[in-house]
This record gives sequence, structure tokens and C-alpha cells, in this order.
Amino acid sequence: MSPESPESLAGTESPATPRSPGATARSGNPNGTDNPNGSDNPNGSGNPVGKTPDLLYSEDEEALRAAVRDLLTDQCDAPAVIARTESDRPHDPELWKALGDSMGLAGLLVPEALGGQGATHREAAVVLEELGRFVAPVPYLTSAVVATEALLACDSDAATTLLTALATGRTTGALAVPLSAGPAAPLKAVRHQDGTLHGELTGIADAATADVLLVPGDDGALYAVDTDAPGVTVTAQTALDLTRPIARVSLDAAPARRLTPDAETAVHRALRAGAGLLASEQLGLADWCLTETVRYLKERKQFNRPVGGFQSIKHRLAQVWLEVVNTRAAARNAADALATRSPDTDIAVAVAQAYAAPVAVHAAEEALQLHGGIGMTWEHPAHLYLKRAKADSIAYGTAGRHREALAELVDLQAP
Amino acid sequence: MTDAAELRRRTAELLAANPPATTDRLDFLKARFDAGLAWVHYPEGLGGLAAPRSLQAVVDTELEAAGAPDNDPRRIGIGLGMAAPTILGYGTDEQKRRFLRPLWVGEEVWCQLFSEPGAGSDLAALGTRAVREGDDWIVNGQKVWTSSAHVARWAILIARTDPDRPKHRGITYFVCDMTDPGVDVRPLRQITGEAEFNEVFLTDVRIPDAHRLGEVGDGWRVAQTTLMNERVSIGGMRIPREGGMIGPVSKTWRERPELRTADLHQRLLTLWVDAEVARLTGERLRQQMVAGQPGPEGSGMKLAFARLNQEISGLEVELRGEEGLLYDDWTMRRPELVDFTGRDAGYRYLRSKGNSIEGGTSEVLLNIVAERVLGLPSEPRTDKDVAWKDLAR
Repeated sequence: MSPESPESLAGTESPATPRSPGATARSGNPNGTDNPNGSDNPNGSGNPVGKTPDLLYSEDEEALRAAVRDLLTDQCDAPAVIARTESDRPHDPELWKALGDSMGLAGLLVPEALGGQGATHREAAVVLEELGRFVAPVPYLTSAVVATEALLACDSDAATTLLTALATGRTTGALAVPLSAGPAAPLKAVRHQDGTLHGELTGIADAATADVLLVPGDDGALYAVDTDAPGVTVTAQTALDLTRPIARVSLDAAPARRLTPDAETAVHRALRAGAGLLASEQLGLADWCLTETVRYLKERKQFNRPVGGFQSIKHRLAQVWLEVVNTRAAARNAADALATRSPDTDIAVAVAQAYAAPVAVHAAEEALQLHGGIGMTWEHPAHLYLKRAKADSIAYGTAGRHREALAELVDLQAP
Repeated sequence: MTDAAELRRRTAELLAANPPATTDRLDFLKARFDAGLAWVHYPEGLGGLAAPRSLQAVVDTELEAAGAPDNDPRRIGIGLGMAAPTILGYGTDEQKRRFLRPLWVGEEVWCQLFSEPGAGSDLAALGTRAVREGDDWIVNGQKVWTSSAHVARWAILIARTDPDRPKHRGITYFVCDMTDPGVDVRPLRQITGEAEFNEVFLTDVRIPDAHRLGEVGDGWRVAQTTLMNERVSIGGMRIPREGGMIGPVSKTWRERPELRTADLHQRLLTLWVDAEVARLTGERLRQQMVAGQPGPEGSGMKLAFARLNQEISGLEVELRGEEGLLYDDWTMRRPELVDFTGRDAGYRYLRSKGNSIEGGTSEVLLNIVAERVLGLPSEPRTDKDVAWKDLAR
């Protein structure tokens, strides 16, 4: 019943590809990844899409996973997460401090020169797998990935200052774009007038606990707005997924600092990274659902035998396993494409999200059904995973939106 | 230890001594085998150099660049993929020397005499009998779904040698001479109209005891080597993007806008994503193997491709509309090669129905994943301790 047994069934792999020291791609060094495949091109001569992606986990990545999992096992048990969902503070500030600040995870994507770790999306993806496995109530995806990515696209002192702050984890930011918006969604902007912003935005994830909002203005620029500034009201909305709260943001002559004149580029980059790395969260989530359901059904007995021995149930679990295995390949592909700035990134992200979103929902729905009555209770954590999976299936664009994007990207045009 | 540099040196030597342009194809292949460059992970003297399997790509790349002939692996897939690893694992020195070289160069084609009309998913229930007579075994029975039987020189065969023991324990593994007068190969026509497979009737076929692989009664264990390699070779192939059945249907979609409907578009995109993800999973599996960490993921590849092939080809027939009502040719043929993607959509649709049956049904494979990967309880085994002769049939 608890997530403290996350020995991965579908991911049981020993430390993978040996990578030479320093081979991990650093931002600014898009060709720095080690390629275990020699010069093979898996895409056929007719369809060149860059280098073969590295779909494994490096030893460093596995070590990072182990550290994050240890911490979450200690500090993020399901009863506490459930209790917190109905409190005033749906985020866990102590856990976030340990992860974002003490472990330095908030700055993974930020260059070392700005106080970050100078790591890549591959490492961030591993962190998200573990956060998904525990449905951890922390603003990692929204602040350390999405807001950070938006700022990385900005070239201004204000953006640099803010990046440095977000990298510490002591400040968190939220992109003031509805969580449902995918990379191709039209930008919803608020009115900009004399250095202040006016307007209302809804569905903003993790805004209620954020220190800074990144807000697109109707002049095409992206602005930073402090949530404690006059004229800023952030009101929690009642969210389906209480572990990733959403809020309404009202701006009434809110003072704003300009980050970049080109909000569209920054927001697109942020949402693309969000969509691509969300697949890793969905992977971790689905893997927990499978692992925990298998564990439970080996123990649970009805008709004088373990329920997991009934063939109809074995086949359903085997099917989920197949989907989790596939999701791992798709999620690694997206993370590697983002990390290496592959020309294939748009396709890799769209494929990952189009595939992973329904898999996470399916795994969570199967977990609930196969737990029987206990799975329907508030006390059991299955609902946390179902709600997160369902919300994730809308976050950063639905699977259908990503398939629409693919229709353009791979030239399979609509009628 | 043989490293990549050493292999390049040996390959260059082979090419210098046997220039592909002026050397007979078979002579070149024999020379390659004798140089240990056929399958480098095999032992010295048997076509290999006991080198890491991953280094085979070094040799293949050099030879391909030099325009050297290959051994047409598609034609001899059963020999390469199933018979050879079994002979290597269980054969006597004499058997290895006799069989492996002509197998690899393609002089001798192999087939597999495993499945029977009464033993499909429950292969261990097979009833073909082998009875000892002096230094020989006399074999009687019927095998089915035997591809290449009509061109094969040899077969790997499992037969019952002790009906009084439980089914898994009374089986012995043999090499069967397909030219024996007691071997009768008859084409078995399939729903596609052609006879890719055969039925093989065995009547008083005489097999010398020297052609037994492994111990008497140990044939089930020996067969596991064969079957594991079969699943790897069916599911482990590397494909480029749009390299499988999604390729032709995507091409049709692009070229024939008049066929497009909103419903087909949604289904096509979903299948395109599934196919791309399956391709990535295969690539990930391959990278795991290269890194020396094969995982259980391979068990799922065949399941995934069976479903994909069936759904994609089904969609393509529907997409073609009026043309989907037609079929290219029902003429009875006996093709030498299995062709999953050739011919038209109707053929692909029908042929792919076999993908979830051959090499282990999808239902059995799901059981295997559930039990061996997830560790769920095994199916009830009512036949485990019952003598084969007393089983229900």
C-alpha cells in the first residue's frame, strides 16, 4: 500500500552504459553525449534525423536516481502526501528544500556559471521518473524545468538574475501559461501598459507557492512578476490532482520586469521541454502502479489462491508491463533529444507525449481496478496516481494534440 | 583477446587473399568461415575467434564496404538462428565440425521439426516417436508448420523416446536427414493462398545415434536453447523509422489524398506513434545487448510487433477502399523466403494473422511475461507428474 517498495519491475537494469567521465552532455555542448552505437544510423538512409539516441541510463544517472529515491523513500510517504492534499500547503516545503536546495536538483538545467549544475534533460528526466513514482508534491517540473527553460531562452540581466535564483531552489517560478497548453498552443497574453500587467489567467500550475510568475504580455514580450507584489492575486483553484495544484492569477497593474521581447520562443521552448520530460514522470508513475499492483496481487488471496495467478489478471499486468517498457524507450528518446538539441526533438517529444500520456492513465486505472475495493478508498494511494495520471494526460498538450503536431512533422496530413 | 583492430587486420587479410571481385561466392564464404570471421563469437575452428559478439559489426562493416558476398541470412535463418546455437551448445565435436560450416555458408539449409497437429502451444506434449534400434533410432510421426522443409538438407527434430515419463522428461533432440526416404514433405496451403509452410510425415525414418544432440531424455532442455534463439531472432530485428508495415501505409497516405478520412487519420497517427515507439524499444534493447546488459524487455517485442502488423495492415486494407476489396493473387506457390511486408495490403493483412501464432502465441507469451518477468504465479500444471502416455488427448 505504500510507495516505499519501488523496486522497478519493468526497469530492472543494472547500471547501464559505461560513459567516459565528462561524457554527460552539458548545456552548450550539444554533441557531448556518448554514443554507444558507433556510427549506426537507425533511421535508414531515406530518413536522416541525426545521431542514434542513447536510450540507456549512465552510471551517473543511476546514482542520481538512487539518491533521489532514497530521499523520497524517507520523506515522501503516501499517508503524508494524502494528508497534505487537503491542507493549506499542498506543496511540501521541507521535501522541496531537501531536493531542490540541498541536493541541488533545482539547478540541474542551469549552467554552472549561473550557480546551477550544468547537467542536461537526461538527468532531469531521471529525477522526474522518481518524483512520478512517489507523486511527490514539489514544483520541480514547473519551476526547475519549465520556468527554467523559459528563462534559458531569454537574454537579459533580469532573466539571468532570476535563473540564478531558481537554480538555488530557494526561489520558485511558474510559467503563467495554462498547464493544459502544449508547445503548439496559441499564446494567451495579458495587457501590458507602462511597465505593468493587467489581466486574469487560469489553470496555472504551482502558481500558489511560486515566488515569481513568468507572464506573456500582449506586446509579445515575457515578463517576470513577483507574486507578493501589489496588484497580484493568486487564488487556488480546486484541482483534480491535488499534488500539482493549479491557481487563478489576477494582475491589476502588477509591476513587471521584462525578460525577453520574444515570449513566443521562450514559451515554446519551455512547453516543449515540459512535454518531453513529463513523459519521464509518467513513466515513473506507471512503473509504480505496475510494481505495486503486482506486489499486492501476489499477496492478496481470493478463492483460496493469489489473485495474481488468474490468467485474465496476469495478461492485463503483462500488457501494462509492455506499455511501461515502451514508455521507457520513448521517454529516454525525448530526454536525449532535448539534451543533445537533436534536430529530431520535435518528433521525439510529440511521440513521447502521445504515447506516455495514455499509458500512465491506463496503468493507474488498472492499478485501481485490480486493487479491488481497497483501491477505491481515500486511504489507499492509488487515487493519487490516477488523478496525477489523468491531469498529466492534459498537461502540456493532450496525446491528441501531440498527434496533430506529428501529422505536420512527419507529413501525414489531415484530410 | 581479439579486439576490433585485430579483426580489421584479419578481415583485410581475408580480402587480400580472396578478392571478392574474382573469387567464387561459395569459396569466399568458406574462406571467411575458416578465417574465423563468420560469427566471431563462436570458437576458433568453428567459424569464430571467441571474440565478443558485439565485434561482429566490425567485420560486417568492412566486408560490406569491400563488396564481399554475404551468406544470404534470410534464406538460412533457421539454421543460423536456431540449429547453430543448439549444435554449438549441445553437439559433439564431430557434430560441430560436420554441420556448422555448410550451415553457415548456406550449402545446407535447415528446417525445424518441432510443432505437431496435437502439440502447438503445448509443444512438450508432442507424440512423434523415436525408438532405439541398434545404433539407430526409428522415427514415426507428423510435424507441421515447417518452413523451408521442401528445400532443407537437415532438420532439428524433437521426438518422444520415453512415453512412460512425464511429458517434459521423455523427449530427445536429433538431427534428421531430410533426404531419408521416410521423410515426406507436403505443402500446407495457408489463408494467403500460398504454401509457405509444410507438413512433414515421418515414416520409419532412420537416424543414427551419432545424430542425437544432448542426452537421451534431455531434449526439452536442449530445445529451450533453440526456442530462446527463435524469439530473439523474431523480435530482435532492427528497423529504421517507418521501416516496418507502417512504411507502406504512410506512403499510400501521402500519395493518395483522395483516400483520407478523419477517422482513418486518427487511427493512422496512433499506429504511427505505436510503431515508432516499438522501434525505439527495439533500439533500446539492442543498446542494452551491446552494453552487455540484456534485459527481459525482449520478451515483449514479438507481442508488440504482432499486434502492430495486424492493426496496421488492417487499416491499410480499409484505407484503400474499393481496392481493398481486391487481392493480388491467390495462386498456390511455395516461396523459399518468408515475406512479411511484400505484396499488397491484403496479403500483409492475412499473413500478419500468423504473427500472433508462430513462435509462441501472444497468449502464451503474455503468460511468460507475467510469470518470468513479473513473478506472478504459474498456470496450474495438472500434467506435470503424469506419464505422457496417460495425458488427455
